[in-house]
Amino acid sequence: MRQLSRREVLATGAGVLAVAALGIETAQAANNAQDLIKTFTGGKAATDGKVKLDLPEIAENGNTVPMTVTVESPMTDASHVLEVLIVADGNPNGGVVTFHFTPASGVAEANTRIRLAQTQNIIAVAKMNDGSFFTTVKQVKVTIGGCGG
Amino acid sequence: MAPAVKPRIKLDKKEARKGDIVEVKALVAHVMENGQRKDAQGQTIPRKILNKFTCTVAGKPVFQADFEPAVSANPYIQFKFRAAESGPVVLTWTDDDGSTIVGEETITVS
Repeated sequence: MRQLSRREVLATGAGVLAVAALGIETAQAANNAQDLIKTFTGGKAATDGKVKLDLPEIAENGNTVPMTVTVESPMTDASHVLEVLIVADGNPNGGVVTFHFTPASGVAEANTRIRLAQTQNIIAVAKMNDGSFFTTVKQVKVTIGGCGG
Repeated sequence: MAPAVKPRIKLDKKEARKGDIVEVKALVAHVMENGQRKDAQGQTIPRKILNKFTCTVAGKPVFQADFEPAVSANPYIQFKFRAAESGPVVLTWTDDDGSTIVGEETITVS
């Protein structure tokens, strides 16, 4: 076997390091958020709009971040929101909460407090009774993470 | 087992006209242990959360939510419903261990 030159050894080493770094990077960025959305929509594409996420731009304490989601809809028997899925792409688990509405809800609006581990995007996907999907994304900067690490 | 906790529930109006939108705010004491934290010995504390919330008005379901560990401790929930008939407003939280926390208010619709 041919002896490897010093230059070659270094180059290979750098390559391995780069791959390792990339691996960690993707592992951090991708939790199951996208899979949850796919399961929720059944693979259908969600259009932007109609859904509004109200979250603070900067959350000092990731343990309790107030979140309001509103969906534009008349909420009648003929046209209403069935479900709203909320996911966070930077938490250990992507799922946050799912709200189920009925025409008796009157208004498709709900508020709760959520935990965010780090600065990340919150994605809301609304499922209408006619089978269409609407979505919105909002980034929240988190000062202190809220998953207890 | 969850100790007997009494949820705090507030309706923005107890008497409503038919068709009015009533806002419900509810807060319940619960650790919502997310299953990520470690104790002093480095053991993972097992997950224990309220995973389901339902609200019925006069026996009819109006609103539900599925909670994941990403919902904060002492979960707060706020939602609305359209007043249709008088009756009890029953809020139920279900724990991972199957126990439930139930709170009740009354709405009078004229």
